[in-house]
Amino acid sequence: MVQSQRAHLDAAFAAISDATRRGILERLADSDASITDLAEQFRMTLTGMKKHVGVLEQAGLVTTEKVWRVRTCKLGARRLREEAAWIARYGQLWDARFDALDNVVEDLKREKKRK
Amino acid sequence: MSATVKNPTTVARTSERELTVTRTFNAPAHIVFEAWSKPELIMRWWVPESFGFSFVSCDADVRTGGTYRFVFRHPDFEQPMAFFGRYLEVIPNARIVLTNEEGGDGPITTVTFEERDGKTLLVLRELYPSKQALDDAIASGSSSTGGAGEQFDLLDEVIGRLTHVQHPHGTR
Repeated sequence: MVQSQRAHLDAAFAAISDATRRGILERLADSDASITDLAEQFRMTLTGMKKHVGVLEQAGLVTTEKVWRVRTCKLGARRLREEAAWIARYGQLWDARFDALDNVVEDLKREKKRK
Repeated sequence: MSATVKNPTTVARTSERELTVTRTFNAPAHIVFEAWSKPELIMRWWVPESFGFSFVSCDADVRTGGTYRFVFRHPDFEQPMAFFGRYLEVIPNARIVLTNEEGGDGPITTVTFEERDGKTLLVLRELYPSKQALDDAIASGSSSTGGAGEQFDLLDEVIGRLTHVQHPHGTR
């Protein structure tokens, strides 16, 4: 399997292994929210909430956008899945090509040795 | 015949408008470059059989200013398809830069060959003209599921349950 795909999935599953972060995803399914809103609702410091949102963002499950001075968070799973699936397939194409290229390279090496 | 260990291929979106693929080959750069620069060799690897494609013709004049045209068939399509473009820069055993002109807003592909201890690190970058162009390329081809498809389905299901089921005022 192409390496970055595994990393993507690991990050996503690690992100949703935490109850607070699952709560944040549920909350964002209702509507977009600022970090401040989320911190208040989950009775957490801004710094703590920023960390959780950061983990979700890294995993591609949430996207954030800074408008004026407020950072708004929204669900981003769908885009991640589509992009990751496309990149996986793109990676498989190159992987298959490069496996075939490996064979060509081995043949060329053998030919040169014979000469 | 030595048993060759298959080196991993990595792929990532490395910027808003760029994809990068890497792979190491157990051969010096001039050999890997040769496989990229002779049509009869390109035909043996560019179109992987496992994807169901077969070459019809392969023309490639691999030098700066030269052009290429790869024509191949797939059983799902009646007409053959062509990939074509120009070589913007070719430095033997080191670097190939080519255009992809079969569609609008195609990427510029840069391939570099870096030799280290008799092995060659190949880095292939596809730079799209804009973030939108790469997003569009992804969106137009994203219905397929790759090898990780099942796991993404599972992830989707978990996220779907979290985000759709438990709302007091939400409808399913």
